[in-house]
Amino acid sequence: MWTYEKKLQYPVKVSTCNPTLAKYLMEQYGGADGELAAALRYMNQRYTIPEKVIGLLNDIATEEFSHLEMIATMIYKLTKDATPDQLREAGLAEHYVSHDSALFYSNAAGVPFTASYIQAKGDPIADLYEDIAAEEKARATYQWIIDMSDDPDLNDSLRFLREREIVHSQRFREAVEIVKDDRSQQKIF
Amino acid sequence: MNSQQPFQSVRTYIPPRSPFDPCPPIGRKFYSTPPHLFLGVQPPDLPQFSPAEALRKGTLWKVFADYYENPYRKGGKPRHG
Repeated sequence: MWTYEKKLQYPVKVSTCNPTLAKYLMEQYGGADGELAAALRYMNQRYTIPEKVIGLLNDIATEEFSHLEMIATMIYKLTKDATPDQLREAGLAEHYVSHDSALFYSNAAGVPFTASYIQAKGDPIADLYEDIAAEEKARATYQWIIDMSDDPDLNDSLRFLREREIVHSQRFREAVEIVKDDRSQQKIF
Repeated sequence: MNSQQPFQSVRTYIPPRSPFDPCPPIGRKFYSTPPHLFLGVQPPDLPQFSPAEALRKGTLWKVFADYYENPYRKGGKPRHG
């Protein structure tokens, strides 16, 4: 069960009308290394991982949903008053004919989200290593979006999200150490 | 991490050139190596940001703060108009 706080984890301010940026941001919305994939991946893996790190997966999955909400807000703001012509110029004509300006879980190239983006191997090390890789890929994606963006206010929010990927990666790396640690085993010398 | 030198979270390399590469060389390629890659398990009692600062930066711990800027923009044209 969750409690919902009706505010974003970090403010989202968009200073320029730029639907092209919305297209790029969809990579983090419904892309392979996006926030939806991250949230679903951790939420699902938490059932079959040593108890000491379940809480970490739970907390990070929850935070990823709040990041998903931030990305959604960005995409919404960047497209909400865009005309069909403007969306076409932004490369979003295909999105428009299918969804109007509704948000949808697809990546920057319009490929719809699929569960095959995520994995659950059941092996704690394999799963945590995948999680670390996912955080680093999401960090890199934020970098490439910042490189493509000229919107200082949007970049400010994206930098926050990138920093969170760094912290999550750190915590997953520590989770690997916890899982590797054999202090719970009874040692007989 | 070499403690003699200040920590650099951006690394660069020069991509190999072939004689018939169609595009002019980009020069250096950049990639990010944030501080968490070098820390291992976080030791206790590290310096913290104030709560207000931490909320803005995205981390409570100073050691993890890593500001990102488009590395290709310095002195050059932005890659996106």
